[in-house]
Formats: sequence, C-alpha cells, structure tokens
Amino acid sequence: MGSKRPARRDFLKSGAALAGGFTLGAAAPALGQAPPPQAPMIKGDKDQIPYGDRSKFVNSVRIAHGGRPSPDAFGLYFHIASPLQDSVGVITPSSLHFVGTTRGAYIPQIDPKEHRLLIHGLVERPLTFTMEDLKRLPSVTRLHFIECAGNRTSRRAKTVQESHGMTSCAEWTGVPLSLLLKECGVKSGAAWVVAEGSEEVKGASSFPLAKAMDDSFVAYGMNGEDLRPQQGFPLRLMVPGFEGIFHTKYLRRIKVTDRYYMNYNDFGHLDQDPKIAALEYQIGPKSVITFPSGGQQLPGKGFYEISGLAWSGGGAIRKVEVSTDGGKRWNLAEIKATPARMAHTRFGYKWNWDGQETELLSRCTDELGQQQPSRADVAKYWNKPLDASFNVPGLDNTIQPWKIASDGSVTNGNA
Amino acid sequence: MGMLRVPVFVSVIWFGGVCALAQSPTYGVGRTPSPEELRAWDISIGPTGQELPPGRGTTKDGAQIYRAKCAGCHGATGMGGSAPLLKSKAGPDVELWERGRILPLRSPYAVLVWDYINRAMPLNREGTLTADEVYALTAFLLNINGVIAEDEVMDAQTLPKVKMPIGDKYAALPDWKPRTPRLKGYPY
Repeated sequence: MGSKRPARRDFLKSGAALAGGFTLGAAAPALGQAPPPQAPMIKGDKDQIPYGDRSKFVNSVRIAHGGRPSPDAFGLYFHIASPLQDSVGVITPSSLHFVGTTRGAYIPQIDPKEHRLLIHGLVERPLTFTMEDLKRLPSVTRLHFIECAGNRTSRRAKTVQESHGMTSCAEWTGVPLSLLLKECGVKSGAAWVVAEGSEEVKGASSFPLAKAMDDSFVAYGMNGEDLRPQQGFPLRLMVPGFEGIFHTKYLRRIKVTDRYYMNYNDFGHLDQDPKIAALEYQIGPKSVITFPSGGQQLPGKGFYEISGLAWSGGGAIRKVEVSTDGGKRWNLAEIKATPARMAHTRFGYKWNWDGQETELLSRCTDELGQQQPSRADVAKYWNKPLDASFNVPGLDNTIQPWKIASDGSVTNGNA
Repeated sequence: MGMLRVPVFVSVIWFGGVCALAQSPTYGVGRTPSPEELRAWDISIGPTGQELPPGRGTTKDGAQIYRAKCAGCHGATGMGGSAPLLKSKAGPDVELWERGRILPLRSPYAVLVWDYINRAMPLNREGTLTADEVYALTAFLLNINGVIAEDEVMDAQTLPKVKMPIGDKYAALPDWKPRTPRLKGYPY
C-alpha cells in the first residue's frame, strides 16, 4: 500500500484553486472575428446509406503491435493495438478494438447458419446449439474490457498505443454460460471447463468451473451489432476480468471436466512459481493516462483536463488518483460515469500546467481494495533490484509515468 | 429478530429451486448430439488420455513423417527452423526450466504433445494427420528429447503412462473464487 494517500485538505485546496479561476493558456476569440469559412457541402452518397463512414478528417487507427508486421507475408494476423491516445468515453469502437492471436491467425469465414456450439463432458445432457437457438435464450448485455497478457509497458514504447494498446472495452451481448451449463445439467465432480475455437489451431483454454458459473457468457453481439470477424464472429466466450486468451473466439465447444486439462493455450501458462501462476488468470487493477500521453504535444501552459482509463479483473473501479508532480502528492480524480465491473472506467483530473517540467501518473483502486502498484512496489515484492531491465512477472499492471517537458512534449517516463 | 426469519425461510426455498433447475432443462432449446458426433468433435485430450483414439506409432515411423511434413518449418533435427524449437539446444546437464519452452520436453503430460499436434499441426493443413501419424510424431519428438526409448510403441495405453522429466516440479494453479484478490500479499 502506498503511503501517499491524497489528503482531503489538499483536494479541497486544489478545488478552491480551480474555483478561483484559471488564466487560460489559449486566448478567447476576439469579439467581431469572422466565423470559420463555410465548409464544403457534400451531396448524399448512396454508399453512405447502408453503413456510414467516419469523417475523412478523423484518422485514428490501429497499428501492428510490438513491431511485428500484421498481416505478415503469409497473410497471418498478429497482435493489433488500439489507439487509446484518441479514445473518449469507455467504449472502444468495434473497428478499433485490439486484436490478439495465439500464434498468428487467419480469420475463419464462418456462415452463422452453419455454426454450432457443443456443450458436453461431465453433464447430464450434452447439447448442441445453433446461433438461432442461442438468440432465443435470455440474454445479458454488459460492458467489459478484454486485455491481452502481453499488454506491458516498456522503455521502448513511445505512445500509450504501444505501451497499453492491447486492451479495449466494448458492450457485449450473449447468453450466460451458467444458463447453458444448467440446461445441460452439470454432474458432480465437475471442476473445470475447456473452451475451444474453430480457427485453424482450434485454440483451447481451460478455466475453473466456478468462473464459468459466476459471470462468463457466450457473446454474439458487440457494440449493438454482430461480433466482428476479428473478434470471433459469430460467437466468442467472455470470461470477464481474465486474461484475453480465455475469451475464446469462434467458440464451437465447451467441455466440462473433472480436472485441469492443459490444452493448446494453457501450456503457455505453465510456470515454476505458484505466485506467478496465480497472477496469470485474473487481471490486476490498472490505469493509464491517455491524454496527455507519449508522443502528444501540449501547446502551452494553462488548463488541461487530464483523461485516462482504469480497469480491473477484480471488479469495479472504486477510486482513481492522479499525481501531477511525479508521485509526491496524489489527488482524487473524477470518475466519469458509474463504473461497471471488469470494464474500462474513464477518469478526469483538472490540471493547470505551470509550464514546468513534470511527470503525470495515475493509479486506481478496485472494489476489492486492490491498489495499482508502481514498478518499485512490484520489484520490492519479488526482491529484485529496480533497474530498467526489471521485468514485471505475470501481467504488468504497474503505474505508467508520462514526462512533460517544458516545451510541452510528452514522453514515456519508463524510458 | 423475528423479522429475519421470513427472508431466511424464503431463501431456502429459492436455493431448492436452483437445485431443481440444475436437474432438468428449463428452456428445452438445443439438440442432443449423437455419440458419433461427440467422438468426432471431442479433440480435448486430458491428462489421463481417456479420449485418445485407437492407433499406434513408433519413433522410426515418426522420423519419416517428420521429414516429410514438419522439418520444413521446425528444422531437420527439431532445431534451426523458423517455427518453435522441438528439441532443446541445452543438454540434460542443464536444469529443465533453463532448457527452453520445448513442448515435448517441458510438458507435464505426454498426451499434451499428442493433443497439440493433432489440433494445430501442420500449419495450414491442421487436422489432416491420421491418429497413427500423430502417435508416431509424438513418439519421435519424445525420443529426440530423451523422454522415451527408440523402440517404445505409443498408443492410447502407453502414451498416458510416459513419465515426463518435469515430474511434479511445476506450479499447481490456485483455486479461483469470485470477488477475491488474485494473490494474497501482492502489493496493491
């Protein structure tokens, strides 16, 4: 636990400073100045009727993650990172949602009329469901983030897209796995489930039955429409708060078993140290400032609302704190909407930059009271020296510092 | 305190209701698959190997299939190809965990090698190997890693009994419980 709790007095003081009024860095437009020239008017385009495009002036895009080409020379997709630096609110548009693959992947072009989900193993009644069957059943709609275990910051990351772009958050719709499993009748002795996709490697992940019965669901909807092919069309598993690899795409089979089946994806989780193994399921509390973030440029001193995202595999975000002085003082940030469990939560903090060099940090606390650690906290836990080469074991949920130079340029504080 | 009794009583009934639901289907949606369908779909091989199909293979057969179908990506000796290593560059004098993430060496279960090949190999021709071929390739890969002798036949009975070098020297996974921190004492 960090010792630097935000003092309520400090918080009130900063509030008073805000109420006292800022000197705005940007000059207000002078009265009488002409409005911007009339924008050109574009005639209706019949191609824009069925599915609309965004403005040609908006060019926020995903990038291949980790310097590996995606697709590669064979047409295999590798990890694709989401442009968090441009994000607003908590929903990642489906077209900008990150993509993770187990070993590079083609996208199976599945006709939903042909798709089946089989549930079998330690159940009274194995059942096969068509997509039509699934859409008849009672559904849930929930906001959830998915984050890849490879989403770790590094010295080399220049932008928040490079350091944190392997997480995204969408509204997912589908059928609770508990409902489907009850429909099949889980037998006594059942303890695990194996979920399998229908891509070429038939990627399979195992997770505890307790998680399957708690809040997992099979999703066919994403952000108000069908899943995108890169997200597992027509059906994917949601295992809220667990590492991305458990969210099996192109879901075709769920097998209920009496023990841990180590299948395709699970071998990657094999570890020597039980503590590291424990850190590789449920994602810890994590946050990052998306504005201002690496590669951005502040035009000058004055007011900025610092904005960022916080999330945790442990549940809902309860508190986010921001430091504008490199971690000396922590201030309560404003949470922008009711935080959903295992979902990105947008926070903001009102900041008046004095034009001096500084460092911006954020940290969050979730409903379990887990607080996001710094790299120093984690190094201390593992009894390792904190140097640039220190590698956070398990998923990296450490605090991300952004350096603000006096010229307003923003760079990675871990560099 | 008398007030408390009513909700407690109701909750007992409610739990009873859930138990009843677990025994019989509520919605009646979905179709019962045939035993043949289940066999064809079920490619998850667990640690006991109970799902392994009939078939057999030896290191000698495996070496031939490997040359034809695997060596192009994994290298002639399980090393030096563009695909992941199938044989450690380090010898048995090096501690197992230091010898690389080699599936047919580090896997806790020999059947996982079978499952992996059967499910996901060869690249772009997944699912084309016969059960005999998968047994043979599994035997070959276990042999080049010094896990089994050259003359051992791998089938549904022998493969689950192969003793892997890792023994029980790997971390068991913790029990997962809802609304619980992932690791006690971790600096949150």
